[in-house]
Amino acid sequence: MSDYLIQQIVNGLSLGSLYALVAIGFSLIYGVIRLVNFAHGDLLMIGAFMTFGLVASDMVPWAVIPLLVLAGGFLAGGLIERIAFRSISGAPMITGFIVTLSASIAIQNLALILLGSQPRNFNFPEVFRMRFPIGGADVALIDLVIPAVTLLCALALTTFIRKTRAGIAIRAVAENPFAAQLMGISIGRLVFLVFAVGGALAALAGLFWSGKYGQINPLMGFLPGLKAFLATIIGGVGSLPGAIAGGYILGFSEIAFVGFLPPEYSGYRDAFVFGLLILILLVRPQGLFGEVEQERA
Amino acid sequence: MKNLALSPLQAFLFLVVLVSGLILAVIGSGNGYFQTFTALTLINVMLAVSLTMTNGFTGMFSLGHPAFMTMGAYVAILFTYPVGRKGFAMPALPEVIAQIHLPLPLAATVGALVAAFMGWLIGRLVVHLQTHYLAVATLGLIIVVQTFALNLDGFTRGGRGITGVPREASLWLIGICTVLIIVLCWRIKHASLGRAMLAVRENEMAARCFGIDAFRLKLLAFTLGAGIAGFCGALLPHVVSVMSPKSFGLILAFNLIAIIVVGGQGSIVGAILAALFISVGSESLRMVEESTGVYGVTQVIVAVALISFLLVRPKGLFGLKEPLIRSS
Amino acid sequence: MLRVEDLHVTRGRTKVLQGINLEVEAGEIATLIGANGAGKTTTLMALSGLLPVAGGRLELTTEGETIDIGRTRAVDLVRKGIVHCPEGRQIFGRLSIEENLQLGAYLSDDRARIARSISEIYERFPILGERRTMKAGNLSGGEQMMLAIGRALVAQPKLLLLDEPSLGLAPQITEEIFGALEDLNREQGVTMLIVEQNAMLALELANRAFVIETGRIVLNGTGKELLDDPAVFEAYLGVG
Repeated sequence: MSDYLIQQIVNGLSLGSLYALVAIGFSLIYGVIRLVNFAHGDLLMIGAFMTFGLVASDMVPWAVIPLLVLAGGFLAGGLIERIAFRSISGAPMITGFIVTLSASIAIQNLALILLGSQPRNFNFPEVFRMRFPIGGADVALIDLVIPAVTLLCALALTTFIRKTRAGIAIRAVAENPFAAQLMGISIGRLVFLVFAVGGALAALAGLFWSGKYGQINPLMGFLPGLKAFLATIIGGVGSLPGAIAGGYILGFSEIAFVGFLPPEYSGYRDAFVFGLLILILLVRPQGLFGEVEQERA
Repeated sequence: MKNLALSPLQAFLFLVVLVSGLILAVIGSGNGYFQTFTALTLINVMLAVSLTMTNGFTGMFSLGHPAFMTMGAYVAILFTYPVGRKGFAMPALPEVIAQIHLPLPLAATVGALVAAFMGWLIGRLVVHLQTHYLAVATLGLIIVVQTFALNLDGFTRGGRGITGVPREASLWLIGICTVLIIVLCWRIKHASLGRAMLAVRENEMAARCFGIDAFRLKLLAFTLGAGIAGFCGALLPHVVSVMSPKSFGLILAFNLIAIIVVGGQGSIVGAILAALFISVGSESLRMVEESTGVYGVTQVIVAVALISFLLVRPKGLFGLKEPLIRSS
Repeated sequence: MLRVEDLHVTRGRTKVLQGINLEVEAGEIATLIGANGAGKTTTLMALSGLLPVAGGRLELTTEGETIDIGRTRAVDLVRKGIVHCPEGRQIFGRLSIEENLQLGAYLSDDRARIARSISEIYERFPILGERRTMKAGNLSGGEQMMLAIGRALVAQPKLLLLDEPSLGLAPQITEEIFGALEDLNREQGVTMLIVEQNAMLALELANRAFVIETGRIVLNGTGKELLDDPAVFEAYLGVG
């Protein structure tokens, strides 16, 4: 295998992992309440700025930062649910939609006010920026840490959904909220949990994103968020394995598009990604792993 | 209230008098700032009314207006930009077009036609999608169009943007277009075409049982909306004299949605009032932003206000109703 | 055990229930019969806290303690032993049979007790035990009804509300289900309130019966009395 190919595979894995981390949250939330949370991508930005703040403060040891970011994302995700979503639960889908879009706009602009519009440069500690050769390619440690941690999270979450009582309850609410209520399941608490868990993973993606690309700004979450939602659509909205697979498919196609076509096309990367989306919606609207489902009233 | 209600004809005359009175007053004031603000507000009204048709009548949730505006704007500029400077600003332009100069109404019509054609092409692919898929697909469309605008720099000057677009969009032109577009959408709503669209919005399955071709109606609403958006997009740079790939983006899409939600998602009068209210409101807030140097406050306030508004009046101000006007 | 006095429920602008009076003693099987749209399901939903009560008194007395149903959250009603087995079964088709049963005990933390309850269900309905890892959506209608009843039983109901248990089932299967309900009542003393369109079957089973018409109780008596009542016969049993 050529060095270049290895390099591209590693890039695809690492980018795909970031999409997958964000996509999981989309899929969880959509699965439970049939809502696309537009503000979800902004949690990535929140995670990135939390990392930035913690690193800059220089008070917290490195090993603790990811845990704090996870906790912060958990709270932020839950807060979005409490403030924006709880108040309109039961309203028609289109209202929920507009509310999350408003929440996203509000978060982005609040961040602009508080943090300023200037992008900030950002450096992970030396260890993570360390590069070493794999089969001739020069690979950054962070690009390997990202997929490993992602896989770990995905595994933990899948087990949680499959085995635990709360996980079973989440699946029950996803399928039939009315009957779930009859079992004494408090839907509100599960919805909070789902927003919060999704938020934690998106914030973690934000930590990685900032470490990988070295620059953060208040609007950075929107596009990756939108792409992660595409990843969920590719995998089949509401399916957890689908979201993860969709993330990697998107990551690899994007890297392939940039890596293997002449450089003058690489500017069209985002156009390509959304073109891909429309193609997939046409060919297989329920996604690769999704089940066909009627829209709920 | 009932006695105050106007007949549609009276309402039309009232609209004409109001718009021309406003334009006369603003031109008479000689204040350039007021003139620009009035032009932008009227364009907002057109956009809001057309989106009320596309989304409100049919129940679709398209966020794609800014994409079509961008197309309309760049196409129109190809024909209105001073011929002498085209070679420098748009080196990739074919000689044939580079030599042509069209007056703005014609150029904007070309822009609108191109946008409508693209709307028809894209609409064929996306209008059957369910709510959230359509929203994301059209949001994606905005990004696709921006990406192309950014990369086709032989035509658009890319991220540097085009400056020195002739300020040819007179208030009278904009005023006439506003009245025409309002009348057009009103006629559609109150014709069998509009009733069929509303039937699709209320219950697509039932509408199809009565032989209504939901796909064709949605496609029509989408195409028409794209055309009007393209036209408005073509006018805008000729008001402010600059155009860049990011001129029309997510924020604009959101503000338009906010306007039609407040107006009632289907009420033309509601959309007009909401467009006026939000234009004036955000302009005043923008002045506060400029004097305090804290940018972003406007959008936060609009977003928070919209959420609170939805809590109180989930159906908007008027729902489908047309206040102040008697149903004929 | 259950006392309902002058229950009013409004859905939207419609006054669906306009003064329902019911009484069910512990250990009884009571039935509520009536035409479509009379308010049967609404009554059950009010009793399980799924619909707000617009007026009237609803009291549940268990183990010497009385609670006001109208002022108790649905979750707490499940805790107090009012378990609602809804119309159309509403099992979780994408979950396994075992997971469906576990959800019945969602509010309980006593793992040993849950395991015991579930194995009792498997004894009562062996077909469920044989297929415990299968997705519930793949069961037949009758089996799904067994699962729905089993899921309700795992919650250890004191008062079991059953909405149209015969809906969409073949007559023979319906007989089987009603037989199982009778056994349950006899062996475990579960109090039941059954809403049924199949009035004949329900009246045969019930100790006590109520006839509901446009939101009001118009008749009550023992199941046998109503079976013998010519007016009931004409209105509800003629075609049944």
